Amino acid sequence: MPEEELVLALAANPGQAFDSLVLLWQQRVYGFALRLTANPQDAEEIAQDTFVRAWRALSQWPPERIRAMRMKAWLYQIALNVFRNRIARRSLTVVPLESPDGRPVIEPSDDWRERPDVAAESAELGRQVAASLVALPAHMRVAVVLRYVEGFTYREIAELLEQPEGTVKAHVHRGTRQLRNALQRERVGV
Amino acid sequence: MNMNRDQPSKRMLVRALHDLRAVEPPASLLPSVLRATGLADSYLSLETPVGTVFVAWNTQGITAVLRRDDATTFTEDFARQFQRRAVAADAKTASMLRPALEAAIRGERKPPLAFDLRNLSEFEQAVLRKALEIPRGQVRPYGWIAREIGRPRAVRAVGSALKHNPIPLFIPCHRVVLSDGQLGQYAMGGTDIKRALLQVEGAEPELLETLAREHVQYLGSDTTNIFCFPTCRHVRRVTPEHRVSFNSVREAVARGYRPCKVCRPA
Repeated sequence: MPEEELVLALAANPGQAFDSLVLLWQQRVYGFALRLTANPQDAEEIAQDTFVRAWRALSQWPPERIRAMRMKAWLYQIALNVFRNRIARRSLTVVPLESPDGRPVIEPSDDWRERPDVAAESAELGRQVAASLVALPAHMRVAVVLRYVEGFTYREIAELLEQPEGTVKAHVHRGTRQLRNALQRERVGV
Repeated sequence: MNMNRDQPSKRMLVRALHDLRAVEPPASLLPSVLRATGLADSYLSLETPVGTVFVAWNTQGITAVLRRDDATTFTEDFARQFQRRAVAADAKTASMLRPALEAAIRGERKPPLAFDLRNLSEFEQAVLRKALEIPRGQVRPYGWIAREIGRPRAVRAVGSALKHNPIPLFIPCHRVVLSDGQLGQYAMGGTDIKRALLQVEGAEPELLETLAREHVQYLGSDTTNIFCFPTCRHVRRVTPEHRVSFNSVREAVARGYRPCKVCRPA
């Protein structure tokens, strides 16, 4: 169901349309949480919590407010709050990037690996990037993930984080530089 | 393209970051959201004396018990009947709940189960709550429920409410029989299933059917001059030589018997 149709369906009957909202957004919300935490279990909990909070708000709203909502910004805002609360509570588990048997914990999904156009080399780079991302300070990680993984514009990020655009650009720039340095260290084996 | 010893170019990095979007959300996410928001009921399947049944519940209690062969048929029928989804309970919840449900079906004493009967009318709820009072191993006629809930003339409506019992087995509509003592119909599989269930519970359905053929509706004791429904635990203790049978309340009363205060046949 496209987003415009979904908004109308939600305004008409939130209880019946909410599972369509989850289906439409779960990939993005879960993926966002996974890139921020690098832990599938934390990511699933954050995504679940995000949708539960979204439902609690939505189920109280009058139809005109539902029709006026900006779904993407609203959901990312909730997900960010959930993520930040968990950092504040220090309830995020710290995972080793390699599991005990030496396999990477963060693996690209199967369909990724089966795509013939994606070389094993870039899959390996992806794994390293995902691992280096979580080593960034949270504010840089959030900015880099929103800009380059989620594809937000600087203006959208600035609105979401309630920061000046210049600050966001600086965080993205510094975060990207740190990522490249970290990846170089890993590749050179320093 | 060999870049193993180089710093990845910004373009490579941006591409790699963009490609990180390609993740699949876990299949458990949508069900857990729907459960946590109360937008879907949870369910599990149970093996019972009547075959595989699916038991659904929400935060209010058990909502439905349907006898179905597979989960797909169950979830489709549930959605049609209740206008909301049912999603499989997570493994941990299911393993915690299953023993309690099985014990309840076996009739072992456990804390009483909660039922969500909000979709039903007050009358239907009263009928089902009254059926819950019928002890395992015993039966009562439809007319008894009608009288007990203060609607003595609504016998057919009682039958209809029991026929649409959303939670059979746990709410024992199978313990309600026709006023002449015949077992009557059973929505979850017909008279044979009803007979088998009553057999398992020790209600001696063959004896009930024999009494019905002889038009015996009540049994009494000639030492206490009390008469009961045939499955009442009090009259079952009476030895055959002291047991007397009656075709009607009027006959029992005319012969100087009074109704039992436990099974309340009149």
